[in-house]
Amino acid sequence: MDLISNLALGFSTAASPANLAFCLIGVLLGTLIGVLPGIGATATIAMLLPITFQLEPVSSLIMLAGIYYGAQYGGSTTAILINMPGESSSAVTAIDGYQMARKGRAGAALSIAALGSFFAGTVSTFLVAIFALPLTAIALKFGAAEYFSLMVVGLVSSIALAHGSIVKALAMVALGLLLGLVGTDIYTGTPRFTLGIREYADGLNFVAVAVGVFGIAEILRNLEGEKNRTVLMAKVSGLWPTKEDFKRMAAPVLRGTAIGSALGILPGGGAILAAFASYTVEKRVSDHPEEFGHGAIAGVAGPESANNAGAQTSFIPLLTLGIPANPVMALMVGAMIIQGIVPGPNVATEQPTLFWGIIASMWIGNLMLVVLNLPLIGLWVKLLTVPYYVLFPIIMAFCSIGVYSVNSNVYDLYAVALFGLGGYLLVKLRCEPAPLLLGFVLGPLLEENLRRAMILSRGDPTTFVTRPISAILLAIALAVLVVVFLPSVKKKREEVFQEED
Amino acid sequence: MKNLQFDSTNAICGLTFIALGGFFIYQCLSLELGTALRMGPGYFPLALATILTFLGVVVLGQSTRVQGEPIGPIAVRGMLFILPAPVFFGLTVRGLGFVPSLFFAALIAAFASSRMKPGMAVVLAAAITLFSVVVFSYALGLPFVRFGPWTRL
Repeated sequence: MDLISNLALGFSTAASPANLAFCLIGVLLGTLIGVLPGIGATATIAMLLPITFQLEPVSSLIMLAGIYYGAQYGGSTTAILINMPGESSSAVTAIDGYQMARKGRAGAALSIAALGSFFAGTVSTFLVAIFALPLTAIALKFGAAEYFSLMVVGLVSSIALAHGSIVKALAMVALGLLLGLVGTDIYTGTPRFTLGIREYADGLNFVAVAVGVFGIAEILRNLEGEKNRTVLMAKVSGLWPTKEDFKRMAAPVLRGTAIGSALGILPGGGAILAAFASYTVEKRVSDHPEEFGHGAIAGVAGPESANNAGAQTSFIPLLTLGIPANPVMALMVGAMIIQGIVPGPNVATEQPTLFWGIIASMWIGNLMLVVLNLPLIGLWVKLLTVPYYVLFPIIMAFCSIGVYSVNSNVYDLYAVALFGLGGYLLVKLRCEPAPLLLGFVLGPLLEENLRRAMILSRGDPTTFVTRPISAILLAIALAVLVVVFLPSVKKKREEVFQEED
Repeated sequence: MKNLQFDSTNAICGLTFIALGGFFIYQCLSLELGTALRMGPGYFPLALATILTFLGVVVLGQSTRVQGEPIGPIAVRGMLFILPAPVFFGLTVRGLGFVPSLFFAALIAAFASSRMKPGMAVVLAAAITLFSVVVFSYALGLPFVRFGPWTRL
């Protein structure tokens, strides 16, 4: 059995004392920052990314994955306790979770969320393990044209799932792609858009852009209206759900896991979609639909399982194709590239310990979250009362050190400030930063594959539609684009995001 | 609902896209375009910049029809103190060295909130610096000069 021996390899890598420690640190740090209101998983990873660079590639990615789960978990905690989802995927949790908390069932809501997530995480980790290799085999047949088309699908899907105006999201992708092209042209060596600054010849630093656009912009947004947070300090008691609760969460968790696993594979941020889809399904199949919005257990268990399952399976396109499905995965790609690993189908064959180590660590990370965080909930709640103005100088200091430590390039620090300002302005103009970051990561890859495909086809642009896989992918991209522009879907989509706000 | 003639957020947004697109188009003019077969360094970016500009025009056009909510408060004080912090760190980390540079960067950032009191800011910045030196410089062994040439008179 290949799968078992592979998983054994993965677990032996991930369970080494050092890697366990890094996974633990990642999970704790991720939760720590993720608990801070308004700071979601993407911003958390962007801020903590730099501290992982000094590590071995495996340890670094394991720690990053840990940060990711931790941050997501932290986001759910704030969603339940103070109705402030850190990430859009936990926005759904806030609807019923906060109501449960107001009824004095905060403890039960938190543990239902944790247990549901853990179950979903376990199932979807196995799905990743099962599907990773066959998909890798397909991916190895991909040529330049297919890669180009696949990335177009990813970018288009990210537009479909962005908030607000589709046109703006498209513009963000274009801007992100352009920013990704800053630096030396790979074919001719011509410097592009560097404004004559030699330090930008290698391109804009990915970490600087991510920290600026997500981290700093986030801090500035939080500084806008400094009002007191009303933390629901009603004591978090009765942590363990009752037998009745268990009975009522079982089916939603199962359904949520199935929905999440399926939607997570889609490029473009499946976890958010999964959470919404699960909530809708639960409301529809429930015997007591009137409970939803007033603290329904299914309304917490389903979406939480779905978003965790989706978060997990979104590693599939990353690990097999090297294509990030969402901004968090884009950060992972950035981290891999900095570690000297080219993400893509070759990772599984060339670096099996890394590949399977990451998969195994996903499960370990989820386990740690349940074991550690349920008892630690009291601590996280206390953290919510730390005033924000104490936290952000700390964040700023770590961001500065982190960004500088990547390349010891002071221009990266100027880029942080510039992109912090830019990112903040874009948020104010109601533009989503997620498509921009995805575009930024994919920009150079997209151009390279486009040019290579055109050279291979001797300048015949029909190569993208005459090659079957490429044609199918482009058709999917076109379909997604047509669907989001359909008036009825457009309206529905606006409603969904309205609910979230 | 406000009785605005156009949505100012979208108008600014559209103009920003047009300006950025225009900037990239202008930059592309000095690059070799090449042909579709052998694309030069300017081909793909020029296409993207044109799309961006076009989308900017669309957003600008929409702003006359759709009305949106106003931009809302802007974190002026936040921008004034948060953004210079990494810049200051960048300007001085080689000269002053890691320790003083980080201390002042944290101190600057601390004043972004109107609630921060000076005494507290100094204590906080000192604590951050101490922690960072122990963790990053000693424990992780990052190659930072702790006190730079400017501090040695």
